Amino acid sequence: MTINQISVFLENKYGTLNQVLGLLAGAEIGVIAATVADTQEFGIMRLIVSEPRRAYAVLKENNVSVHLNDVFAIALDRNCAGTFRDTTELLTKGGLNIEYMYSFACGGKLVLVLRTNNTEGTRDVVRRNGLNYLTENDLSKL
Amino acid sequence: MYWQKELETMQRPELEKLQAERLRETIKQASHSPYYKKLFAEKGISPDMIKSVDDVRKLPFTTKEDLRNNYPFGMVAVPLEKCVRLHSSSGTTGNPTVIVHSQKDLDQWANQVARCMYMVGLRDTDVFQNTSGYGMFTGGLGFQYGAERLGALTVPAAAGNSKRQIKFIKDFGTTCLHIIPSYASRLAEVMYEEGIDPAKDTKLHTICMGAEPHSEEQRRRIEKMLGVKAYNCFGMSEMNGPGVAFECPEQNGLHIWEDYVIAEIVNPETLEPVPDGEIGELVLTTINREAMPLIRYRTRDLTRFLPGECPCGRTHRRVARFQGRSDDMIILKGVNFFPIQIEKILMGHKELGGNYLITIETVDNNDEILIEVELSDLFTDDYAELQKLSRDVTRELKDELLFTPRLKLVAKGSLQVSEGKAVRVKDLRKLI
Ligand SMILES: [Zn+2]
Repeated sequence: MTINQISVFLENKYGTLNQVLGLLAGAEIGVIAATVADTQEFGIMRLIVSEPRRAYAVLKENNVSVHLNDVFAIALDRNCAGTFRDTTELLTKGGLNIEYMYSFACGGKLVLVLRTNNTEGTRDVVRRNGLNYLTENDLSKL
Repeated sequence: MYWQKELETMQRPELEKLQAERLRETIKQASHSPYYKKLFAEKGISPDMIKSVDDVRKLPFTTKEDLRNNYPFGMVAVPLEKCVRLHSSSGTTGNPTVIVHSQKDLDQWANQVARCMYMVGLRDTDVFQNTSGYGMFTGGLGFQYGAERLGALTVPAAAGNSKRQIKFIKDFGTTCLHIIPSYASRLAEVMYEEGIDPAKDTKLHTICMGAEPHSEEQRRRIEKMLGVKAYNCFGMSEMNGPGVAFECPEQNGLHIWEDYVIAEIVNPETLEPVPDGEIGELVLTTINREAMPLIRYRTRDLTRFLPGECPCGRTHRRVARFQGRSDDMIILKGVNFFPIQIEKILMGHKELGGNYLITIETVDNNDEILIEVELSDLFTDDYAELQKLSRDVTRELKDELLFTPRLKLVAKGSLQVSEGKAVRVKDLRKLI
């Protein structure tokens, strides 16, 4: 029900982002979505990629500080703002806090990538409400 | 268990008697050198002033400056035709220093190093690989002759080229390395990168680690990475080189070989002996060197005597791991501290890697300290957790240093890793 997300530690220094993307491009790994959260001192780039495990290995081999974890990717109808709200409301009603969320467009869908404070609880909400989630398998086809 | 049981376990009164005897000999011998001849005449110093070993305090100190001023042969106490080797170390300022050895001195030195190696369990069946630079650097030839005296098979690999070092370790079945701590971490990392597990795929079981002060945490980390026991060794070219003091299997303090040197610990400001157990500058007098004896040499190294007897049975006193050099002491905002205090805290966090850099600079007429430390791996995707780590470490540093440094987490591999001595401190303060 979840997909792997790659997180990379970035120093606020010229060229570090390019270096990481260069390593992925060199290994022919596709980037599907990316977001950077930063403070004054450092940043974390979160990435959804075509082959997360291989991407993790490639980055680690090249001495990049990298982390692999699970996130949910929920597909919504793109033209309906209501479904976005419905989804967040379902999570809130389930007593879950969204730690972070970003999105990307894919075909006619809007995909929400999110992580909450409780993975099991989220799994439950997704299952009970029949939300349309993406799997690793779906990603590799994008 | 002992290389020279009688000497290593000699009762203190006897040992001190031997020291006093050797000190009288040393004064007699030193007075053959132009420098000490003049100095002793001026100060009215003669061997018969020494009734007990404590009388060493009546003698004048010798400093690195004195060595420089008498470069190259002003302190040599035997005719040069009796000398067979010299080691010179270049200084950043002024003349280099030089230490000259007779054949007897070299024999004694080799015995001293062999004694250290035997103490940590090395035998003639071991394969010893030395990653020190050879040439003038005493860690090369010093360990070379010591290991040969022990009877080990020696691999004089010398410094650098990690891939070649690893090939030797595998091909020759190396069991022991002499290595500096920053390079030990580096070498272990290269092994992992090459898919070699040092604990399983090599025969390494012991490393002798010296040249850079390092913390207990760093030692334990290196031991784990390489699957070895790591022993702290202390040496300095003025006192021959390696072998002056060495840890025994207890790994709790370094035994100073007191049949070779008389050790004192003094307050670097007042030059008075510090109370037992307090930190001060180590002062050493050679008592079995003939070509170039040194009287009360100020080492600039800071340490303290450890109280009590060592369970290993050796009676020679132990000093604590070295706290840095009195020259390394950083004075900031009126507080004195040593880089090793910072290292100890950083190494206590497994999220942090082994490399760090301390930068001191003047910002708006204020001296500021910046500590950059590498992350080992990214342990989270949440920056609140990274900020928490940063806050926790900063608080610990503040408790230790009594002021708040600026801490910066940096990416793995972004601080320069050298295969020589790591640069840990950059002092960019403007001197007004
Ligand atoms: Zn001992």
